Amino acid sequence: MEFFKHNTQIDFMAQRNWAALASVILFLLSITSLVINGLNWGLDFTGGTQIQLHFPTTIDVTQVRESLQNAGFKEAVVQNYGTSQDVLVSLSLPKEDKNQSTQSSVAGVDASKDVVVGQLLKALPEAKVQQVDYIGPQVGQELATKGALAIVFALLGTMIYIALRFEMRFAVGSTVALIHDPILILGIFSYFHIEFNLVALAAVLTVIGYSLNDTIVIFDRVRENFRKLRKASPVDVINQSTNQTLSRTIMTSALTLTVCCALFFLGGSMIHGFALALIIGIVVGTYSSIYVAGSLALGLGLTRQHLLPPSKEALDERP
Amino acid sequence: MIFNRYPWWKNVLVVVIVFVAFLYAAPNLFGEDPSVQISGSSPTIPVDANTVNTVKQALQTAEIKYKTIQLDNHSLLLRFSSNDAQLSAKEKIQHELGDNYLVALNTTPATPAWLKSLGAMPMKLGLDLRGGVHLLLQVDVDSVLKQRIDGDARNISQVLRDNRIRYNGLTRDSANNIIINFRAQDALDEAMHLVSLRFNEFTWTKNTNDGNFILQGILDPAALQRAHQDTLDQAMNTLRNRVNELGVSEALVQQQGASRVAVDLPGIQNATEAKNILGKTATLEFHMVDTEHDVNNVVGGIAPPDTHLYNDHGRPVLLKNDIILRGSSIITATSGMGEDGRSSVDVRLGGGGEGLFTKTTSENIGKPMAVLYVEVKSEPKVDANGVSTIDYHTDRRIISVATIQSTLGNSFQITGLTSQDEARTLALLLRAGALPAPVTIIEEREVGPSLGKQNIHMGIMSVAVGFLLVVVFMAIYYSLFGIIADIALAMNLVLIVALLSILGATLTLPGIAAMVLTVGMAVDANVLIFERIREELRNGMGVQASIHAGYERAFATIVDANVTTLIVAIVLFSLGSGAVKGFAVTLTIGLITSMFTAITGTRAIVNLIYGGRPVKKVAIGM
Repeated sequence: MEFFKHNTQIDFMAQRNWAALASVILFLLSITSLVINGLNWGLDFTGGTQIQLHFPTTIDVTQVRESLQNAGFKEAVVQNYGTSQDVLVSLSLPKEDKNQSTQSSVAGVDASKDVVVGQLLKALPEAKVQQVDYIGPQVGQELATKGALAIVFALLGTMIYIALRFEMRFAVGSTVALIHDPILILGIFSYFHIEFNLVALAAVLTVIGYSLNDTIVIFDRVRENFRKLRKASPVDVINQSTNQTLSRTIMTSALTLTVCCALFFLGGSMIHGFALALIIGIVVGTYSSIYVAGSLALGLGLTRQHLLPPSKEALDERP
Repeated sequence: MIFNRYPWWKNVLVVVIVFVAFLYAAPNLFGEDPSVQISGSSPTIPVDANTVNTVKQALQTAEIKYKTIQLDNHSLLLRFSSNDAQLSAKEKIQHELGDNYLVALNTTPATPAWLKSLGAMPMKLGLDLRGGVHLLLQVDVDSVLKQRIDGDARNISQVLRDNRIRYNGLTRDSANNIIINFRAQDALDEAMHLVSLRFNEFTWTKNTNDGNFILQGILDPAALQRAHQDTLDQAMNTLRNRVNELGVSEALVQQQGASRVAVDLPGIQNATEAKNILGKTATLEFHMVDTEHDVNNVVGGIAPPDTHLYNDHGRPVLLKNDIILRGSSIITATSGMGEDGRSSVDVRLGGGGEGLFTKTTSENIGKPMAVLYVEVKSEPKVDANGVSTIDYHTDRRIISVATIQSTLGNSFQITGLTSQDEARTLALLLRAGALPAPVTIIEEREVGPSLGKQNIHMGIMSVAVGFLLVVVFMAIYYSLFGIIADIALAMNLVLIVALLSILGATLTLPGIAAMVLTVGMAVDANVLIFERIREELRNGMGVQASIHAGYERAFATIVDANVTTLIVAIVLFSLGSGAVKGFAVTLTIGLITSMFTAITGTRAIVNLIYGGRPVKKVAIGM
């Protein structure tokens, strides 16, 4: 079976200005959403307590909310979790409060948290606790810093690798494509107010690595074609390389997307954020490696000469 | 002519790797038995044929069926076929054997003996897959360092006094430096000579300006580091002891970062009790009651030097600050009932310091002595500026005041505890040893066992469905080559499982997600190769040459593409949190194994089918 019977001849680079415009708009929209809405940080980063409850019968979230309000949990956030029988109750960390601090310090935080869970169960006698997560403020702040650092290091590391294997212009091009991807993912998370937790962060980092796969495959072909097609212009070379690898790009993206959908629909609520970030990342990443990376390398003035020196490549030693 | 044949050793290598992978992945098929492990609480308690009989009888009367019973190396292992049987058996056995035995819940791999003899073991399941509690404890190492410097400062002043060197003041500043003020140059010189000889873990510097003669001591970074690590090691040791006392045999206690300890308690039923006991910094102190001053004059006023006013059940008591015995001197403790029917703890000394205790009690017969229950409580806080700190405060409470009737030797009884529960907890804490520094639970994740089962089920489902979709699609799109890639894909899963099992890695839900993801990523290598072969065929190259070129040319691209993902996986690993770590490890292993299966593995099969003969047409779906 083949999707593309003959060599496709799509003039990708002719559309690059439109693509650039679209990218800039999406990028700005993402940033705007991030500035205005912020990210819906998950428990991993904010700290607090999250309790997953299971009810023997279908339960109305508003009803749970009311019971908790009546029991004195004014700030409890209640939401559906997976099925109609599961709810997730989130409680934020106790803020420094002059009146309450003396009271809670007697019990100590650990005791008071257990007391909270106990009271909560009293208010909802049918519920069964499935999962309790408590993250102290120290851990949350630290993870947020570490996460930001991880993204920076992942970008730097991959950029250095590309610069070593290819050329600085490619490295910059692919890194811009790479920054573009996570920002769009974060933008979508922010716009739809989807919880961004630690596994979602892991997914964003994975997308950085994954999106680079596509870019590298295209760049590899660009390098090869620069050597083969001595008369073609850089625009033609990039166009042709993108076309030659198109079938592979779409195949792989479709297959990875398939498994991520399997994760999203069957993997359960715990990895919803993870699977979603990956799905968005694969779509955005495929687009960005076709348009953003190649166009940027062109925009930065890529010519044949830049790629000729490392001609000692084992790649070219054809038998 | 290119014939696409592998040298014989390469084929053998592929076959051997596949065989070994199946062998080491196999234990995961057999699962685990819920089991109960019984051992003596101290080396003097025997676990032998008698114990076996007692246990067998206890289970028989309770009508609990077990699969096997096995006695080795002073411990007894019983396997059960269900968790319910395991739980009720544990309770029954603990009741029958009493406090002298540790009865722990466990899961034992049901791996057949021949596989076990090869060292093949199943993967461990993470807490999210089997239920349990994960705790992250912050150890307040600074308080120990302060105490240590204070102790050094006391010793230094003692040495100075012994040598008749006059000094004005000796203080510890906030940066843990010791500062000594002198009146004259010669005293400073003399002290410098003395302390740099006796306290060589400090770097001493003289400072003489404006008529001040100051000696400053800074603790060496190496010594500081050692003290830091010692504290943490001791804390982990104590935590391990406490976990053992709780009867969780597969618990994981490990250092995380500079001053944190992660504790994983799989399959635990009573999380609240566990948390209460693990994080508690409680110990005992014995003080003499001050009988020289009138307590009633002190109430509302200032306590005389070296004494402190306490409240004993509503009655004021003045205690001397000198500690005549600490909880660390106690080596065994058991809770029980005192003569008056109240809760008590029987203790035996032997941890050092009991000499002073015996001497003090013999000198003070007829005088009152108090037992203090000392507990450090901690509370994480966020202040108005968003900066988080941990508040520590020490609670000291008199549990009993008693008149010393006779010289107290190495074993005696403490009474005056409010409840049987308190007595039991105190005994446990005294047995397991005190924590060297206060600890705070700063992270806690608790997963119920049913959720764990659900997670496993969902994880396996998503792997299966994802895998199946990819397999079917590949077979349709690339026909025979697609099927070859599918075989490689399946092998890749087996290899991942085998490597995770060999490395003793823990499988978590994010780990399963990584497996699903590698299915998608591993197939990329084959897509690259096959697309390249198709391209070469379209360009009119011969079949053998196309296959050869496809593999050769795609190789560098595949490596490049995987290296970048590997870089990211390493960054993820260094992020350090449990869930993400499992993901990173599985992803890394999956990427490496996928290179082997997708390139070497499929090539071996392709060569077997097409290699070594002239071929006109290949089934690559075009």
